[in-house]
Amino acid sequence: MFRSVIKGQRLLAVFLLGVLLFNYPLLALFNRAAEAFGIPAVYAYVFGAWTLVIGLLALVIERSR
Amino acid sequence: MGKKVLIADDEPNIVVSLEFLMKQRGYVVKVAGNGEDALSAVGDFGPDLILLDVMMPRMSGYDLCQKVRENPAWAGIKIIMLSAKGRDIEVTKGMAVGADAYVTKPFSTRDLIAKVQEMLGE
Amino acid sequence: MLQSWVIIPVSLAYIGVLFAIARYGDSRADQGRSIIANPYIYALSLGVYATTWTFYGSVGRAAGDGVGFLPIYLGPTLMMALWWQVMRKIIRISKTNRITSLADFISSRYGKSALIAGLVTVIAVIGVVPYIALQLKAVSQSFTILVRYPELAMSGLREPSPVVSDTAFWTALLLATFTILFGTRHLDASERHEGLVAAIAFESLVKLVAFLAVGLFVTYGIYDGLADIFSRAAAHARLANLFAPLGGAAGSYASWAWLTALSMLAIMFLPRQFQIAVVENVDENHLGKAIWLFPLYMLAMNVFVVPIAFGGVMHFPGLAVDPDAFVLTLPMGEKQEALALLVFIGGLSAATGMVIVETIALSTMVCNDLVMPVLLRMKWTRIAERENLTGLLLGIRRGAIVAVVMLGYLYFRLAGEAYALVAIGLISFAAVAQFAPATFGGIYWKGATRAGALAGLSAGFAVWLYTLLLPSFAKSGWLPIGFLEQGPFGIAILKPYALFGLEGLNDITHAMLWSGIANVGAYVVVSVLTRQDAAEQAQAARFVDVFRRAGEELDVHLWKGTASLPDLMALLGRFLGPERAQAAVADYARRRGFASPAAMPADAGLVQFAETALAGAIGGASARIMVASTVKEDVLSIDEVRSMLDEASQVIAYSHELRQKSQALMTATTELRAANERLQELDRLKDDFISTVTHELRTPLTSIRAFSEILRDNPGLDAAEREKFLGIIIQESERLTRLINQVLDLAKLESGRAEWQMQEIDPRMVIEDSIDATGQLFRARNVGLEARLPASVPPIHGDRDRLVQVLINLLSNAAKFVQPDSGRVIVALSAGPDTLRVAVTDNGPGVRAEDREIIFEKFRQAGDTMTEKPQGTGLGLPISRQIVEHFGGRLWVESAPGEGATFAFDLPRAKAPAVGPAPGG
Repeated sequence: MFRSVIKGQRLLAVFLLGVLLFNYPLLALFNRAAEAFGIPAVYAYVFGAWTLVIGLLALVIERSR
Repeated sequence: MGKKVLIADDEPNIVVSLEFLMKQRGYVVKVAGNGEDALSAVGDFGPDLILLDVMMPRMSGYDLCQKVRENPAWAGIKIIMLSAKGRDIEVTKGMAVGADAYVTKPFSTRDLIAKVQEMLGE
Repeated sequence: MLQSWVIIPVSLAYIGVLFAIARYGDSRADQGRSIIANPYIYALSLGVYATTWTFYGSVGRAAGDGVGFLPIYLGPTLMMALWWQVMRKIIRISKTNRITSLADFISSRYGKSALIAGLVTVIAVIGVVPYIALQLKAVSQSFTILVRYPELAMSGLREPSPVVSDTAFWTALLLATFTILFGTRHLDASERHEGLVAAIAFESLVKLVAFLAVGLFVTYGIYDGLADIFSRAAAHARLANLFAPLGGAAGSYASWAWLTALSMLAIMFLPRQFQIAVVENVDENHLGKAIWLFPLYMLAMNVFVVPIAFGGVMHFPGLAVDPDAFVLTLPMGEKQEALALLVFIGGLSAATGMVIVETIALSTMVCNDLVMPVLLRMKWTRIAERENLTGLLLGIRRGAIVAVVMLGYLYFRLAGEAYALVAIGLISFAAVAQFAPATFGGIYWKGATRAGALAGLSAGFAVWLYTLLLPSFAKSGWLPIGFLEQGPFGIAILKPYALFGLEGLNDITHAMLWSGIANVGAYVVVSVLTRQDAAEQAQAARFVDVFRRAGEELDVHLWKGTASLPDLMALLGRFLGPERAQAAVADYARRRGFASPAAMPADAGLVQFAETALAGAIGGASARIMVASTVKEDVLSIDEVRSMLDEASQVIAYSHELRQKSQALMTATTELRAANERLQELDRLKDDFISTVTHELRTPLTSIRAFSEILRDNPGLDAAEREKFLGIIIQESERLTRLINQVLDLAKLESGRAEWQMQEIDPRMVIEDSIDATGQLFRARNVGLEARLPASVPPIHGDRDRLVQVLINLLSNAAKFVQPDSGRVIVALSAGPDTLRVAVTDNGPGVRAEDREIIFEKFRQAGDTMTEKPQGTGLGLPISRQIVEHFGGRLWVESAPGEGATFAFDLPRAKAPAVGPAPGG
């Protein structure tokens, strides 16, 4: 039960990070005509941040098993 | 004939000193180096007083004292316990098993002699 | 190969595969060997979220505004992070209360209110049926596009075909059949539909593979990779604007955020998601992996959306190709017939998955939460008195399925290309979002009341109707457009897209804002202003405190009345069938420890059990009505309930606290006792040690004092005697000094404060030095001493002086215990593989077995074997052992009484010096 609570708190932290990453103003920083790896910045950023969030979710879930 | 004193102690140097002191006062002295020898000497020698060390091999001073007191024939024997163990509990135990006096080592030779003379009614 | 005589059999074959999988899943479930009982299937089945709206529509949206499709998937990704807490609680509540649908969940929380159940059902049906229509439309449209191959243009596509030749109609019929077959096998809806879930998971896989295939084909087949697509798009007049699409006209950050929030709610409250995530959940532990697997699924589903959209826009310049169909038309344009067929099947899987699960969910609600309560309340139907209701129930359930699917089809036929259908995706999301306040509040806020939930739901739903659904009708031409532009009856302040003059927001954001305010506002305000009745309070406690596990006990006491087992049994039998009812009650009796149901009292617990069992079949609201009609219930006053609840929760809180406290106390007591015992033991040891040391010190002091006094009192002693007594005084003084030194030495060794001069030493030197030091003693007693030393021995690591100390001790012990003249002592040194051994052997009296450890204890000399009291202090061997052990070795004695003794010790050899050049050398 205790570990479950800790896990819940870590997941909440990932959620808050995700909210931060997926919104103004961070999002606005990449909303420009720049490119990363030949991909427009905003797409590269969103998919990168998305991957990061999923990775963190997996880390939190799987590590304490 | 002088009174008879049995010295029961396993420390040779202490025995030497006690033997000297008793003989000087004119007592007849016998020495035993352990508890069993001392017990047989009680029967053979018939002492009037025993200077009894508590910590002795084979039979402790307490046990010896008890055995002496169990025998009515030896009721008149005075027993002075000598011990390097000076805690209250040990003194109490010594008196409980029937000693007439308990003297803590190291002792004053004058006090010891006085006590011996008192016990022997001199 | 894209003629209808190919496409239709392939599609039928695909659906045949679904049937096979579902059948297999069900048969395995019947054998108790579930194929869906793992987190991967659970995560995949959650993929029912991706409908044709995703499969075809995402590309369409991306072609229009670039990023607008993303929040639909980012929202659920974020929500998954909260599922660990929120969804786990919902699942636990649902399993405990046998909840079978969203309507059941919400109404159960608010005192099993039939009114709320009905309202939720109505909102869900109105909000979601058009969404089903959209799926049917997508199937029909993609089929039409496919059969027109190789033509790509969309002209003439919009004309509806007659019903009999309409693929959408046949698809709808097929899906209704499928759903009936695999969705209504059992009556007890809380028994999950394993085969169906297996099929849904398979569909998720198919649509993902199809989409990835077309994505890879477009990106690397038609174009030369992602960079190529984007660099070409940069040169494209319209697409270049989509490189920084946010903040401008296409989408503000605010609407992006609102869309994310809306999708967060959709992933929980779309009836199909609730069905899969909660009702069909096998094990709440599957949530864990799903929390990251499902977002990963969505990520994979979206990776190629933008490349396909941009590729499509550039690939069909000037052609009237609908961006929504790019996934299909791009392979067709490149003559990739097989791929196009795969895409069609992928789209079909997205549509069928959605329709099947949504229909199950909606039909359960319609049957249990709308039709049954009404039928049961209508006395004239005499339904409640019927002997066996299972047939009727199944009939209603199946009828509801057909009705829902056909309603969807009807809406598709009526709406056609109308805006009301095209935009339904987000409008649906906004409808189900209305369930959020009542649900979240319901599981965390005990004070929320039925009236509050009813008010919130109604207000939110009304605003949604007014700001989203009616305007979509107006845009479709079904209402006068003036309704939108000038407001109803020309009242500008009531313009549905700019309510109360709130302008500048897009329609979804605007509707979310107003419906949210209305919903949450009404919910909170009315909840605060109204009071819960007894049933509500009981349910509130069951929901909010579900993890406290005391729920069952609480309920049992929250009921007063009289019931009879046969009545309850008959009631269950009518809905579940007599055998299943018998089995269920017998099982319950066993769990409560009764040999047979007849031995069980018909108490509150049994009534509760019957109601829960019934809820699985007909929903919480209907179950409440049925049970209430069967047993005689006394009305509990609100005060009674409150005091019962208070008492129960206080008792629980107290006993919990008490348990914790007494546990802590017990632990502390145990620790304290152990510590005390250790202390006492230490104290005792210290006391003994001091007493012993005192005794040992007093003995030489006694001699010294006695002889000093004799010399003082007898000045006339002869010279020889003086000499003798003075000698004794000196000898005893030496003994005293030695004793004090050794006591101090031992204290230092034991406390670890001793200083060690560690160095590499030659053990032979140690032995020779020790022999020199004890030579006098051996000569004095005329004891023979022999050293047996090898020519060369490896060095050891240690303190030279300490080792000499050990050896001197052993040698002098040996010298003292052997008989003078005849005694012999041998000291031998030998090297083992890891150790060096030093052994001192004598031919003395030996050590008895029982004394072999005692002699290593402090002040414990094996005195009894000796006729004479030894002159040692009783500390030599303990000190020696301490020293040897400090060097990592050990010291022991081997002996047989009468045959001498061997004191030996091992020392570890010094580590071999490192091979090779020294560092820095």
